[in-house]
Amino acid sequence: MSEIQEQIIEEFSLLEDWMDKYNYLIELGKELPAIDEKFKTDEYLIRGCQSKVWLNVEEKDGILHFTADSDAIITKGIVSLLIKAITGRTPDEIVETELYFIDKIGLKENLSPTRANGLVAMVKQMKLYAIAYREKLKG
Amino acid sequence: MTFDIKKIRADFPILSREVNKKPLIYLDNGATTQKPQVVIDKIVDIYTNYNSNIHRGVHYLSSYTSEAYENSRKTVQSFINAKYSHEVIFTSGTTGSINTLADSLCQDYIKPDDEVIISELEHHANIVSWQVQFGGKGVKLKVLPINDAGELLIEKLPELISEKTKLISITQVSNTLGTVNPVKEIIKIAHQYNIPVLIDGAQAVQHTKVDVQDLDCDFYVFSGHKIYAPTGIGVLYGKEKWLDKLPPCQGGGDMILSGSVSFEKTLYQRLPFKFEAGTTNYVGAIAMATALEYVQGIGIENIENYEKQLLEYANKKLSSISELIIYGNAKNKACVISFLIDTVHHYDTGMILDKLGIAVRTGTHCTEPLMKRLRIDGTVRASMAFYNTFEEIDVLCSGIERVKTMFF
Repeated sequence: MSEIQEQIIEEFSLLEDWMDKYNYLIELGKELPAIDEKFKTDEYLIRGCQSKVWLNVEEKDGILHFTADSDAIITKGIVSLLIKAITGRTPDEIVETELYFIDKIGLKENLSPTRANGLVAMVKQMKLYAIAYREKLKG
Repeated sequence: MTFDIKKIRADFPILSREVNKKPLIYLDNGATTQKPQVVIDKIVDIYTNYNSNIHRGVHYLSSYTSEAYENSRKTVQSFINAKYSHEVIFTSGTTGSINTLADSLCQDYIKPDDEVIISELEHHANIVSWQVQFGGKGVKLKVLPINDAGELLIEKLPELISEKTKLISITQVSNTLGTVNPVKEIIKIAHQYNIPVLIDGAQAVQHTKVDVQDLDCDFYVFSGHKIYAPTGIGVLYGKEKWLDKLPPCQGGGDMILSGSVSFEKTLYQRLPFKFEAGTTNYVGAIAMATALEYVQGIGIENIENYEKQLLEYANKKLSSISELIIYGNAKNKACVISFLIDTVHHYDTGMILDKLGIAVRTGTHCTEPLMKRLRIDGTVRASMAFYNTFEEIDVLCSGIERVKTMFF
């Protein structure tokens, strides 16, 4: 899993200033496959005060697949990175993952709990899903 | 007097700092204002040389702070032209003031099936404070609507009034749209029905002269931190006739009548102490007086006049940006502009402006019902103060153009 994080870090190291970084995030945000409209309901909504994030998880053969969306493009760009770093893994792997790349690519401020953009809650929710599936799959 | 903007800006040390390697452009004054050096110095001076709890001790320091605290009350009294200084209660801020008043009014004067009239423009503080009453059952709220420009439909007020209406609680200036409401007219109508009026002045006192006797409002509340004073201090003004008969809702400290406390019953202090339980934020109150004196030194009329020109300029400049939508086009507005750039999310706009050193507020501005009325999730809000410049408005506009190049 750290391979993907290293890859993201490398991609970002090529971007020189904040402008390039944010332009890249905006591109990623635009590219993120939109979540199925049926998941854009309150049930899947992670409430940030400022921007909203919707998150869905599906399990197939012991692997968790996440899809997500946000109403703000920059948030969506970061959502896309988080998804990339965590999706398609086993619950165990996800629970143990430390998402260090955000800090390394200089976007730590976006994952501050005071930002109220739903991202911190999203990471927490992904971990909670993983824990729940770990128990479920054991059973 | 001439308005020396350079000199004024030099009074506020934070305004010369950089953010994200750009000169700070602070346009979030509706959330909180910056502090002039005299206010910062006053706080340091009190803690360095005079700190002692008020009204308690016979010693020198306590006498000093107690006197300074009571003098601050007089400064507030004169600032809002209250008839008596004991009509000025120190609280933690506007939200604290509204909650205190709501708690007190709902002990006896307002009954569970009574009604309070508010408006569609209200901040959550003037909505939720009423909903938490009566064990969460709340007071019934009747809501005065706005037109599409964001102005109150004042002609609808009489039809909202019923025998159950116990209070009209209205903001003087909308924190989100900047609409200046005709509060004097509202008070006049309310008094024809013998209904008292609470005015939320959180976004008004820093922009315009407030005279509570001229307004004839029964209650007036505002926060210190929005008028260049520290956080955690605010004012609840009430006419003596009201405050005298209202019960206190917090017990302890200085609010009791000395010698009257027993396990069976306690008598309360006279005004204003009846409403000031516990150790108040006396340092905040003393520094607030310094802030109000600072504002008086510049002249609230001069501030109002300058801010009017600034708003006109900002409105003209922002209106000329294609795809920019301004929310709130009231004829009478305070120095606030809420906007969105086409479909760009307010959070995205705020993030990019921040990178350019421009501090604006994004989101619902604690006015979710108003957002629903406008059918939007939030806005970007540029709220100005008298230390902002025309050049800063220009930088904001180029920042917005930059946002457009990134998202379009």
